[in-house]
Amino acid sequence: MTPPRPGAGAARDRTEPGTGSTGLTPAGLTQGAGATKGGIGESTLRPDGVLKVTGEFAYASDLWHEDMLWGYTLRSPVAHARIVSVDTSQALATPGVYAVLTYDDLPAEAKHYGLEIRDTPVLAHGKVRHHGEPVALVAADHPETARRAAAKIQVEYEELPVITDEASATGPGAALVHEHRTDHYAGHVPHPNVLHRQPVIRGDADAAAARADAIVTGEYVFGMQDQAFLGPESGLAVPAEDGGVDLYVATQWLHSDLRQIAPVLGLPEDKVRMTLSGVGGAFGGREDLSMQIHGCLLALRTGKPVKIVYNRFESFFGHVHRHPARLWYEHGATKDGKLTHVRARIVLDGGAYASSSPAVVGNAASLGVGPYVVHDVDVEALALYTNNPPCGAMRGFGAVQACFAYEAQMDRLAAELGLDPVEFRQRNAMEQGSVMPTGQVVDAPAPVAELLRRVKARPLPPERQWETSEGPDVRALPGGLSNTTHGEGVVRGVGYAVGIKNVGFSEGFDDYSTARVRMEVIGGEPVVTVHTAMAEVGQGGVTVHAQIARTELGVTAVTIQPADTRVGSAGSTSASRQTYLTGGAVKQACEAVRERVLALGRRRFGSHHPAWATAELVLEDGKVVTDGGEALAALADVLGDEAVDVELEFRHRPTEPFDLRTGQGNGHVQYSFAAHRAVVEVDTELGLVKVIELACAQDVGKALNPLSVQGQIQGGTTQGLGIAVMEEIVVDPLTAKVRNPSFTDYLIPTILDTPTIPVDILELADHHAPYGLRGAGEAPTLSATPAVLAAIRQATGRALNRVPVRPEHLTGP
Amino acid sequence: MRVTFTVNGRRQEADDVWEGESLLYVLRERLGLPGSKNACEQGECGSCTVRLDGDLVCSCLVAAGQAEGRDVRTVEGLAAEDGTLSPVQRAFVDAGAVQCGFCTPGLLVAADDLLARNPSPSDGDIREALSGNLCRCTGYEKILDAVRLAAARTAGTVDA
Repeated sequence: MTPPRPGAGAARDRTEPGTGSTGLTPAGLTQGAGATKGGIGESTLRPDGVLKVTGEFAYASDLWHEDMLWGYTLRSPVAHARIVSVDTSQALATPGVYAVLTYDDLPAEAKHYGLEIRDTPVLAHGKVRHHGEPVALVAADHPETARRAAAKIQVEYEELPVITDEASATGPGAALVHEHRTDHYAGHVPHPNVLHRQPVIRGDADAAAARADAIVTGEYVFGMQDQAFLGPESGLAVPAEDGGVDLYVATQWLHSDLRQIAPVLGLPEDKVRMTLSGVGGAFGGREDLSMQIHGCLLALRTGKPVKIVYNRFESFFGHVHRHPARLWYEHGATKDGKLTHVRARIVLDGGAYASSSPAVVGNAASLGVGPYVVHDVDVEALALYTNNPPCGAMRGFGAVQACFAYEAQMDRLAAELGLDPVEFRQRNAMEQGSVMPTGQVVDAPAPVAELLRRVKARPLPPERQWETSEGPDVRALPGGLSNTTHGEGVVRGVGYAVGIKNVGFSEGFDDYSTARVRMEVIGGEPVVTVHTAMAEVGQGGVTVHAQIARTELGVTAVTIQPADTRVGSAGSTSASRQTYLTGGAVKQACEAVRERVLALGRRRFGSHHPAWATAELVLEDGKVVTDGGEALAALADVLGDEAVDVELEFRHRPTEPFDLRTGQGNGHVQYSFAAHRAVVEVDTELGLVKVIELACAQDVGKALNPLSVQGQIQGGTTQGLGIAVMEEIVVDPLTAKVRNPSFTDYLIPTILDTPTIPVDILELADHHAPYGLRGAGEAPTLSATPAVLAAIRQATGRALNRVPVRPEHLTGP
Repeated sequence: MRVTFTVNGRRQEADDVWEGESLLYVLRERLGLPGSKNACEQGECGSCTVRLDGDLVCSCLVAAGQAEGRDVRTVEGLAAEDGTLSPVQRAFVDAGAVQCGFCTPGLLVAADDLLARNPSPSDGDIREALSGNLCRCTGYEKILDAVRLAAARTAGTVDA
């Protein structure tokens, strides 16, 4: 039995060559066989699928190395305290312990890291700012030895009052979470405990409000959601002879990690070599560092490979969460159902460290009105520094919280006007050419009304599906196998929602991806190798890269190299951006390879056939083919012994920062839209909800792999369902301590909680994007939540201004 | 302590096992069988599901010593000796039921067990049988498709 080795889990797609065309020479011309099999638009299967079903795929937590030690992180048991003293002597004296590290052991001048603002200490120094903050590290020969040694580290804390909400953060005399801020947001925020504030002001909301026939106002609360990826934070750091370190880790963005890791290790970036190991889901939660620096520090100190694997309890402290939020909205409309104005204030809790909060604020502010045409807007969004757990990226990224609130408002306003909620949305729906509250013109299809029409037109699931000839099937009822009802008190409700999400990194960020593509002849067959640093986290990027290479280069055999830092940055696997950006980079690199291959062909065979000079040439089925379908040469002959190899960077069109006072600016790259219809059944006596169906319609521009796109939409929908009815990290408001860091107490939907999710995919091309595609991963997470809430409101008649909805919100007076 | 048991038909022995180690830990870290996954180690997620003397268990909740002398079947034992995938394995790949794949080994062992007991399960049966296995990526729709497909292929009602 061979234990897994570092790197063995990296996605490796060696598709067997198909029916090649060896021996074809310019003298033996045949017709081209048409588009190469396995290209874009087909539901080709995952290249790592077989490894994943046999158990051979090596995830980060599976890595193993001869002589390996186990790392362990000692974390703060309190949310806000001065560290009076740290005594590691007993821990160090424990047999089997190789190293115990604290802040004083950090080797370089840089001792902080962070995605944008480097405000996060590698290990706490003088103070802890949130429950679970790392204080010390242990390396030992067994994980239990490490855990027990860590328990012997004596840390004396002097607890400080906790800052937990806007009142305690910005009220008179509030203590500062971070003193002496020097980050580039510090200059414009109204209070040092406000991390970033972004207004979006357009038109004259006050004047518009005077024209409104109906105005609704509401306050909404959005709970703290966890990404709850199943593969815990893990990695293996191996010290190298050159004084550097090789790090195998599950992450979302290798190069962003690298830029944060190298300075605190005191190493140049080329001495920190990173390879992606198998990633068990991410959803934003791996955008920030977890064990990366800690593992490297222990490996460099001990001279031995060190593996760190969080358990689920630690995982809840090991990554940032989705920002909980309070949102105030005022919507007005005329009696013919046209929105007059929107005023909103969105307060996001960023927790103790910055993470990606500034960008989340930018999204909440700029997308806070939703996919509607509103000329007069006054929105502000801000993120607080508090002593709550740090919050950052999660699927939907700032657009999710706002969508929950503005869609509740749209329903209330429709009711106030006596209009059908879908009809009211359609009257105000954005379309191509509409102007965002930021002033940005939506210059690609925006089929908001059509998406709503499609989910509404779908037949409703039959009533009382729990009835069978053998009596009620309780599995189909609220309460399920708890057998709490046989249909008594069960009321059905139907609700609709639609949302808007940006794709790619916004606000002027230089968002690019790098791809290296190589074509050569191996064993007489043309073979393409694609090398990027894209983090495959389960989304299927590796599948799509091979499809793109087949389409562009007409070669069946495509090998996907493991992702590592030997190739340029691919950017983050987030913001629904990887198919657009790294897919775009692979496409562009393939196009460059094709040009060089054709140039080679012209040099070698151009004199044999006039079409080499006159026709549009494509690569199909291992051949060079004219646009008329005439084959000119086999790629194997064109290439001979030569390899064609191209590495290039691909960028989407540039964006601009939002104006700090008005929020005006062409801040986003692309917009993505999805709509949901939820059908729920509520046991109104017990407050139990069963979601029966959650239908989604989404425009994806072009589905490069329809099966994967459906999987993204169904998965995103289910995460939206989770925050609607069950998921919440409960933070004690008095102590700022996390009360439910386990899958026993933090519930995510099981297969019994999850309904049928029919998916209707539109493909309206965005001509700015590769193949017209539109990033697909996030939009369904937005509208699922408000659709479920609307359905529960219809069933119960209750206002329901917070998610998740709990039984006590649905029962009683 | 020393622990000896059968894994996927092969006798295995682990030495120097600390009494607090779980069956999951011994499989993953001592026997080189990391297919069973460590997503929660609290018996909540099902990703470490194995069969112990034929019964489905969360191997994270079984002390390694409890496996002494017993028969353990893991995801690594589902495929045939020659590597041919079992019907549920093949169906999970074909139906798109695998995304990140971390939940997959546990789901496969549970689905394989379901189909052994009930070759033509209803959707309600599938949901009930797999309700102890969390998946965060797929929304379960393709997992249902995969189990239906495996059942239909085994019954011969669709092409394998």
